Amino acid sequence: MSDLDFGAVAAALPYLWQGFLYTLELTLLAAAGGLAFGTLLALARLSAVRPLALAAAGYVNLMRSVPLVLVIFWFFFLVPLILQGVTGAERPPAVGAERTALVTFILFEAAYFCEIVRAGIQSIPRGQLQSASALGLSHGQAMRLVVLPQAFRNMLPVLLTQTIVLFQDTSLVYVISATDFVGAAAKVAQRDSRLVEMYLFVAAVYLALCLLASQLVRRLQRRVAVVR
Amino acid sequence: MNYHWNWGVFLQEAPEGGVRYWELLAEGLGWTLAVSALAWAIALGAGLVVGTLRTAPGRVLPMIAAAWVELFRNIPLLVQMFLWFFVLPELLPPLKRLLADADPTHGQFAAAVLCLGLFTSARIAEQVRAGIRSLPRGQREAAAALGMSTGQAYRHVLLPMALRIIVPPLTSEAMNLIKNSSVALTIGLAELTFRARELGEYTFNFFEAFTVATLVYVVIAMSANRAMAWIERRVAVPGYITGGRR
Repeated sequence: MSDLDFGAVAAALPYLWQGFLYTLELTLLAAAGGLAFGTLLALARLSAVRPLALAAAGYVNLMRSVPLVLVIFWFFFLVPLILQGVTGAERPPAVGAERTALVTFILFEAAYFCEIVRAGIQSIPRGQLQSASALGLSHGQAMRLVVLPQAFRNMLPVLLTQTIVLFQDTSLVYVISATDFVGAAAKVAQRDSRLVEMYLFVAAVYLALCLLASQLVRRLQRRVAVVR
Repeated sequence: MNYHWNWGVFLQEAPEGGVRYWELLAEGLGWTLAVSALAWAIALGAGLVVGTLRTAPGRVLPMIAAAWVELFRNIPLLVQMFLWFFVLPELLPPLKRLLADADPTHGQFAAAVLCLGLFTSARIAEQVRAGIRSLPRGQREAAAALGMSTGQAYRHVLLPMALRIIVPPLTSEAMNLIKNSSVALTIGLAELTFRARELGEYTFNFFEAFTVATLVYVVIAMSANRAMAWIERRVAVPGYITGGRR
């Protein structure tokens, strides 16, 4: 066993911190964007307009049957071409791995958030919608003011758990050489030939953070559980 | 968008010589399926043991099982892959010497199978635990009343019931495993996604390659779904609400 030297990790901490900040930023933006788009998808899937429901279901099922790595590759090559088409530029613009990763994760996570939100909406008794319409609320108002607030309260623990999964999954931007936490560690590891120390450190940080976060979610789950 | 589609690219010969691109993709699919199948066997075996231990009497065994689940669930799959492939051989010199002489593919394959197998075992363990917990307490008590030991109660009563109940969530875990096997490309294993990207890099026909890979994954997901729906119908416990109707 080559002697371990965690001094290499200490020396690289400022660089790793930069990567970690990007991981956090990507996680939070993708969770927010994915939840927004996912909620729209869920409403579309439950809509009475058949083509809309079918299109949303097709999108969700496609995203959920393809590996995230492959989706990341798709968008890495697709986003510059789409931007070129939109802007009519001569050559595809340089978008950068970090920004394509954000687009990818929003669109990909939306499919997973959609299914959580759909289950949440369906957990609300139909009588709520009927009472809302008896009170003169339109379907949109009933969803916005009555169903969704209750559904989100029920879903909160699952949504947060999915965000922890997302936090771990963002590490896959490594495959397009984006400098997230793992990406930064991998670059230092290869430069200094300190793979063992770097990867053990990264694993320990993820383990500690995700354990802590999932404990907090568990505690929250007990608190928000609606007594019926 | 000016992208030059060329679907004939799959029939072109790859620079590696004598092989056409579609053959490389097929080979990649073979690796994807081989890694997934072996990892699934490990995941089922380990997941069954760990999930059962989580519900076992006493304190020590459930705690060890819980630690197992938390360890494999709270580290990103990519990082676990690196730990198995880059870190483990450094910590075990005999293993490093063994790998130095071996075909590099063997090392990648073994690391990917172990990594995916244990990663998935934590998820299966949670399903097994949930399945056992979902059984009415009376089942355990009835087994005890019949004079069964704890082991016998698990073997003849609790596990046969629990395993039949958890078939649907196991389906999604099997499909997650197949999708997750693409992470093995980060340690150089030439599975399906690896070959698709490689084709793109050699020929610049990225989208043809990704389209075919996507279709293959969709077909795998759909067939896995069908197969498991069939199994679900066969093993459905009478009197329980199940999905796989005729």
